[in-house]
Amino acid sequence: MSAQWKLEAKRGALETRACVLYAARAFFLSRDYLEVETPNRIPAPLPESHIDALPAGPWWLHPSPELCMKRMLAAGYERIFQISKCYRGAERGSLHLPEFTLLEWYRAGCDYLQLMEDSEDLFLYVSGTLGIGSRLTFRNGEIDLAKPWERLSVKEAFDRYGSICLEKALEQDRFEEVLALEIEPRLGNQKPTFLYDYPLAFASLARVSKDNPAFAERFEIYMGGLELANGFSELTDAEEQRKRFEKENRTRSRRGRPPYPVPEKFLDALSRMPESAGIALGVDRMVMLFADASSIDEVVTFTPEEL
Amino acid sequence: MYNASDLRKNLRLMLDDDPYIVIDFQFVKPGKGQSLYRCKLRNMLTGSQIDRTFREVDTFKPADTEEKAMQFLYQEGGSYHFMDNENFEQIALTEEQVGDAKNFLIENMECKVLLFRDRPIDITLPNFVDVVVTEAPPWIKGDTVSGNYKPVIVETGYKVSVPPFIEQGEKIRIDTRTGEYLTRVKG
Repeated sequence: MSAQWKLEAKRGALETRACVLYAARAFFLSRDYLEVETPNRIPAPLPESHIDALPAGPWWLHPSPELCMKRMLAAGYERIFQISKCYRGAERGSLHLPEFTLLEWYRAGCDYLQLMEDSEDLFLYVSGTLGIGSRLTFRNGEIDLAKPWERLSVKEAFDRYGSICLEKALEQDRFEEVLALEIEPRLGNQKPTFLYDYPLAFASLARVSKDNPAFAERFEIYMGGLELANGFSELTDAEEQRKRFEKENRTRSRRGRPPYPVPEKFLDALSRMPESAGIALGVDRMVMLFADASSIDEVVTFTPEEL
Repeated sequence: MYNASDLRKNLRLMLDDDPYIVIDFQFVKPGKGQSLYRCKLRNMLTGSQIDRTFREVDTFKPADTEEKAMQFLYQEGGSYHFMDNENFEQIALTEEQVGDAKNFLIENMECKVLLFRDRPIDITLPNFVDVVVTEAPPWIKGDTVSGNYKPVIVETGYKVSVPPFIEQGEKIRIDTRTGEYLTRVKG
């Protein structure tokens, strides 16, 4: 039995979605970025402890286009962006779909601080194209997109909103719990928030901070409690990256997940990659924000359950 | 055995030796961190509710229950009476045990009663029920854009969102698993 009316009721959100995609493309093209398409089916997904790739034959569907895009950076493509479908297993909720859309952009010769400014400009450009000015209504609140957005370090966020400090949370393996349940709902409620400088254990592919070696130059964007994007200054040390992959794979094995093949071609390219920064933005959630949707289901044509 | 990734609304599982049902469920995953499963659960014996957050490494035993086909007879003073289709014995459940299903119970309806060590603890409804709309705001003809939903009340007192063309006295089909309107039923 199909609930045809639910699909009919999505029209407004789908129109917003089309406009957001159009505006995002126009923004990057106006800044001399090259739009690229890298393969969605890859032989070795990024080894990350808590992200599962979906198998596709002997290969996998990419959980993000990160590896291929960085190989392009290493080959001299200095400004690139991609809008692609990405796939992650065992992720489904009001903010998660196993198939979703990411917007990723990478820039040579810059760091995460400049990416934050790009993000501010992108959202203002999109809201301008939608004709709604800099203020948007989301979940009964108003968010002002005008620059500059709030910049809050992870450490400060734990001190301000958490029931325990960052050091304790790491010690007790409660980092995610305190972050997700206590801190996130408080972030980005009047102005968008950049939550920045993540502890090294959550560095992923980010460069270690020069000023503060216990932290990595990584940030996330929050608006109305919603996590929208993850960016960082890229790690360009292939040996360090290999160690991190091995550690992630060990965590995967320990938790009963298959380890992934080490992406050798990526590691090889990494040693030639220029200083750069890159970011992945959840397009579906961005549309949720502009369409004032309460669930990700409202901004896609079909959820898996509706097929 | 269930894994945390099996958690969803209406899953029945054992927790601290009691059968529980998940009544509200939220999947949370911060950044590149591990998944968290925020659940509100109801103890199916006592009716009390608890909040628990599970991690992806948590596992659970399914609730050790059996199902029996029964007919819903009537409701009186917060007590819901059912009859066993085989031996015609009657049993009763409390309002807490019936839970959200009370929104869709119509007299003489066939459903399944769940037993835990021979005690009735819950019911399962057919996936779809047809109910009469008893209260609906009028449809402003031509208004096909604004809102797209309107609230109506059906014969069991349940409030549900429907498309604007649904009128009072009409029969509609509801999916009891989601509580959502599905379609208009003709005739």
